[in-house]
Amino acid sequence: MNLTLRVWRQSGPSDDGRMVTYKVEDVSPDMSFLEMLDVLNERLILEGDDPIAFDHDCREGICGMCGMVINGVAHGEQRATTTCQLHMRHFEDGATITIEPWRAAPFPVVKDLVVDRSAFDRIIQAGGFVSVPAGSAPDAHSVPVRKEDADAAFDAATCIGCGACVAACPNGSASLFTAAKITHLSLLPQGQPERLSRAKAMVDQMDVEGFGGCTNTGECTAVCPKGIPLETIARMNSDYLKANAK
Amino acid sequence: MTATIERGAATAPVPAPKSTPTRKKPGGFLGSSNGKKAVMAVTGAVMVLFLLAHMLGNLKIFLGKDSFNDYAHALRTLLEPLLPYRTLLTILEVGLVASVVLHMWAAISLARRAGKARPVKYVAKKPQANGYATHIMRFGGLTIALFVVWHLLDLTFGVVNPKGFDSAPADRMIAGFEPSRWWVTLIYFVAVVMVGLHLRHGIWSAVQTLGWANRNRYRVLKASAALVSAVLVVGFLAPPLAITFGVVK
Repeated sequence: MNLTLRVWRQSGPSDDGRMVTYKVEDVSPDMSFLEMLDVLNERLILEGDDPIAFDHDCREGICGMCGMVINGVAHGEQRATTTCQLHMRHFEDGATITIEPWRAAPFPVVKDLVVDRSAFDRIIQAGGFVSVPAGSAPDAHSVPVRKEDADAAFDAATCIGCGACVAACPNGSASLFTAAKITHLSLLPQGQPERLSRAKAMVDQMDVEGFGGCTNTGECTAVCPKGIPLETIARMNSDYLKANAK
Repeated sequence: MTATIERGAATAPVPAPKSTPTRKKPGGFLGSSNGKKAVMAVTGAVMVLFLLAHMLGNLKIFLGKDSFNDYAHALRTLLEPLLPYRTLLTILEVGLVASVVLHMWAAISLARRAGKARPVKYVAKKPQANGYATHIMRFGGLTIALFVVWHLLDLTFGVVNPKGFDSAPADRMIAGFEPSRWWVTLIYFVAVVMVGLHLRHGIWSAVQTLGWANRNRYRVLKASAALVSAVLVVGFLAPPLAITFGVVK
């Protein structure tokens, strides 16, 4: 396959950045999207050019490091797929592909397609934990959990924190990420003591970081590689309102 | 806090960012995005209840001019003689205006927050869900606000109505939508359809914002929102269309 790439190049946080066009030839349809970029980068290095910086780690779709907006869609048009698990067979030969970083003020561009997602870490630090007595691990059956709750909590816990929800949201809101973390803990007995204070602390931190508000467009859940459902946001809203009513 | 990232030799050194973003303390319930959303949901619900009552009142024109005028009079004498003339109506009007103002305040402040959250726009952006919603909500809200101004000048204060202020409500309504003023009916038509689109997203969105939605309720919720919107659109369009096409004289 031969492709034309339009890639966002930005040498650093203080650079203005611009779209640069590259031709990539002899791309195998079996390559992943990141492998295709690796091929381009090898050529750029040989030519003495600066390779395109992008985040990646496990390349198995489970770590949440990779992510770029491909043709206007976070992680590309393939549903429930991270960028690293997106394969070139989903593109047409001769296609032009536009690649941009996540765009949000709380996610400043570090270089090219790499953004700083520390804002997510600070949201987690604000309340994304449970306080438990230290000591030896309790027996697995000492705290019973309903099967339905365990399943729903697990679904929410599959969030890998990649930030695609923020990238896709027309408001630049981090509601789906924050809601996934809140839901995961608020469905389990271990999460109950801090349930309301957690929701308040995490939602307030989300505001402090400068993320936008949710308008329930559903863009986030549509691009989420883990398919985190929109109902988590309703649960977050409910917990947040209850926390404020107290 | 700035990011420190281990960089290979092939990458250029990273200069410090132009300015470190200043972080504010959370600003209380009404300062929070979720608090503003809750204000938006509750005031929106007040306005939907008003619209339902307003629509039912309008439909009285089909029972004759007297029925419509009696209804308008009854609104002003609600709870009389317990309360003086027009007391309860004025209280309701104040509540409604407060809802409109708070709804707009929340919308504007959330839209500004959203604008700040994405200073650099995408070169290519392809909506994946019902992404038209945000567009139709903000643009539609503005359209509706402009229409309400016209609507009050026309049928409430009679400034731009052929019959003027000192006339029976039914006369104003029928004169306002008479066939020669077809363009008024057209403005009205566009505005009412915009209200319908606004509510189709707004009604279920309000329930979601107040935290009452879940995966088992979404279908019923969205269907109910569409149904209420459709009923309002039909109910509000029936009188002006009937007058313009000469069914009601």
